[in-house]
Formats: sequence, C-alpha cells, structure tokens
Amino acid sequence: MSVVRLTVCGDGPALLRGATEVETADGEIVPVTRPVVALCTCGRSQRQPWCDSAHKFGPDGITRRAKNGGKG
Amino acid sequence: MAGTDARGSNLASPVTAGEWGSRRETDAPRAAGLPTPCGPLSEGVVRALTAAPEEHPRPAPEREEAATVTDPLGDRDFQLALWMLYELHYRGFPGVSPDLEWDPLLLAARAPLERAFEAAVRELSGPLPWPPEEGRGSGRPAEAVADLLFEMTGSGPLPELAGFLQRDADEEQFRAYLAQRAVYHLRESDPQSFLLPRLDGAPKVALAELQYDEYGGGLPERLHAALYADALTSLDMPTDVVSYVDTADAETLASVNLMSLFALNRRLRGAALGHLAAFEATSSVPCRMIALGARRLGLPAAVAEYYDEHVEADSVHEQLAIRSICGALVDQDPDLAEDVVLGAAACLAVDALAGEVLLSRWRDVPAEAAG
Repeated sequence: MSVVRLTVCGDGPALLRGATEVETADGEIVPVTRPVVALCTCGRSQRQPWCDSAHKFGPDGITRRAKNGGKG
Repeated sequence: MAGTDARGSNLASPVTAGEWGSRRETDAPRAAGLPTPCGPLSEGVVRALTAAPEEHPRPAPEREEAATVTDPLGDRDFQLALWMLYELHYRGFPGVSPDLEWDPLLLAARAPLERAFEAAVRELSGPLPWPPEEGRGSGRPAEAVADLLFEMTGSGPLPELAGFLQRDADEEQFRAYLAQRAVYHLRESDPQSFLLPRLDGAPKVALAELQYDEYGGGLPERLHAALYADALTSLDMPTDVVSYVDTADAETLASVNLMSLFALNRRLRGAALGHLAAFEATSSVPCRMIALGARRLGLPAAVAEYYDEHVEADSVHEQLAIRSICGALVDQDPDLAEDVVLGAAACLAVDALAGEVLLSRWRDVPAEAAG
C-alpha cells in the first residue's frame, strides 16, 4: 500500500494504515505488524503505542458509559 | 464437562485429553466424524446424513419435531441439529456426501429450526433501543447507530466470566472454558466471510480489512483459528471441532449458530454485522483478564498469547466494525439500522446467556483442586 492514512476516531484510538513503523514518545521504533493498527490516544494503554481498550476502564475498574467513540 | 442435560453433575471429575467426545451416553446411532446425537432432532439429522445412497425413501428430519421445542436456546438437541445442518456449509463431515449441502429435504428441515431460533433470539434480545429517542444521538443514522453500538457495548460491569477466569478458576475450569469456546474459535471469523459478497463499497472494504487481520494478515501461522489450535495443543487438548461440539452446552452451540443464522441468510446481513460489532467491542477487555488468568495458572505461553493477540487486534476491530462497517452500511442503507442494532443486542444477550450457564455451574458446584 503506498498510501499511509491516519484516521481519527472521535475520542477513541486513531487508526493507522499503511505505515511500517511507529516511533513512541520514548524514541523506540516499533514495527507495524498488522494491516491496520489502533494507536493509543488516552495514554493509559499498557501495550504502547497500541490501544488495548484501557480507555474503557473507569477509576473504579468498571467500564464507563462510552460515548462518541468508546472512550469513557 | 457434561452438557445441559446433566448440568454440573460431572463438573468436578477431571477431563483429560482424549475424553472429549466420548462423554455423552445415548442409544442413538453413532457415526464416525459426526457429533453424538442427544435427542430426536439431532438423531434425525444424523440419520439423514448417514443414510445409504440406495435407501428409499430417504430419511429426513421430521419438520414437526421442531415445533415441539419450547426453549430453542437451552435445548441441546435443537442446537446440535442446527449446528450439524449449518456445518454442511462450512467443512461438512467425513463420509457425508458434499451434495447434501443444498439438499432440499435438509434445507426444508432446517427452515422451521431457523424460524424458531430467530424468534427466540428476538425475544431474548428484548425491545430494541432503535430508533433513538427524540433529541438523542446524532442527526445521521450512521452516526446514531455507531454511537448506540458504543453505548451498548461500552457500559456496565466488568464481565463476570472473564473475572472468574482471571482470579478464581482452577486449571480444570480454565480448560473447560477453552473447550466450550473451541466450537467457535477453531472456526474463528468464518461465518462473517459469507457476508463479503453481500456487501458493496465501504463496508465491504472494511470487512475485508478486518477479516484479513483475523486470517493472519498473509501469514498462515498468525491465523487466529490456528493460534487457538496452538493454545489447545499446548495443553494436550484435541484440535478437531467435533470433539468439542459433543461436550458443548446448548447455549454455547446457540452462540455459534447465531452467527451462521445471521451470516447465511442474506436478509439478516445487517444483524450479522451488528453482531460482529458487538462481538469485537466486547472482546478486548475480557481477553486481557483471561490472559492474566492463564498466566496466574502457569499455563503454557501459547494460551495467554492467543488472548494477548486479541487485546490488541480487537481494539482495532471494534473501531472498524462499529464505524467503518456498521456505520458505512447504514450510510448506504438506513433501513438496515434496526437490523444492525438487533444483531448487536442478540450477540450481547446470547453470549451473556452462554457465559452465565458456565459460570453458574462453577458457582453452584465448588470445584475440587485442579489436577
């Protein structure tokens, strides 16, 4: 794929297509291994730089109502 | 694990590899490679599948039997009969003629089962939150559907079954969970592939993208069904589906049959995609919890790795399924919005039922120590 496209999803993760690597905030170069990846935008993922749906957890460990894109 | 007709009674007895598929006692005919029938409906299907070509008249399942079932979702005989009829469209059975896939007698026998099943699923799903109340949601149906799908799947307590597997399950219970889920995961994503030729434009492209990831992204060893088989193999458990069908609960078979019902009936394509969206959007969080449970129990790495893969993949697939597939579908055809919502509600209701059955068995009968 020659086009690299970043799709912003409301307040959920951003979807990235066509990239071969992502540089994290720490300067680590992480290879992209699937056709489309979800980048964490809430900073809470434990699998940085990828979204792990941590944005769904509220402070009490209960999933909160998700509006406008699944980010609680 | 015992089926629903002996719920809980065999729970504490350890199940070892090789025992799968040999647990159910019945006088019904047995045929190599076919599940063991457990009542008149599944016996009728097995008889029809194993009849000699020269047998006249050919045996066919009795259509009237389906009408006598009062609880299709909890009736193992009913669900097993339907599973076998659907399986003719997937891999078939060894020694069973592939011509039977489109056999008019079998299709005619399937129709009343599907009607009863669909009616039960609609009833269980309850009143649909569609169309949204005045003043709620966005203006465009596509955005309103996407918002609603995120709301339906993103609220509520943490999944209890995943919590049990994370914190409390012993190894035997964890294996029993893997065995129930094997009926689906060994064929992971196959029902949804039937939807591709029924779509066009943006939702087709997005579904193909999602399926490509499910199917390994070009690498056979990354096929999700193969990752599940790797996990089973690491535990010395078999990897053929029929072994697990024989020990699957009615509700587990129902959760798998639901995908086939939606995927194999074109009129229900909206429901199939709504189901996919709810399935993907409620996967990542429990997968993380189940992976923690696998590591707590010290199971082979392949088990946790299967669930790790889904923590990451399904966070992507949730966005794809809700926005790029269901949203785009409703953009093309707003009349399908209600079916999309039905599919999501049905997924949540039926999967919750299957989970409750498993969990209640473990809670009712305290398990002995693993091993």
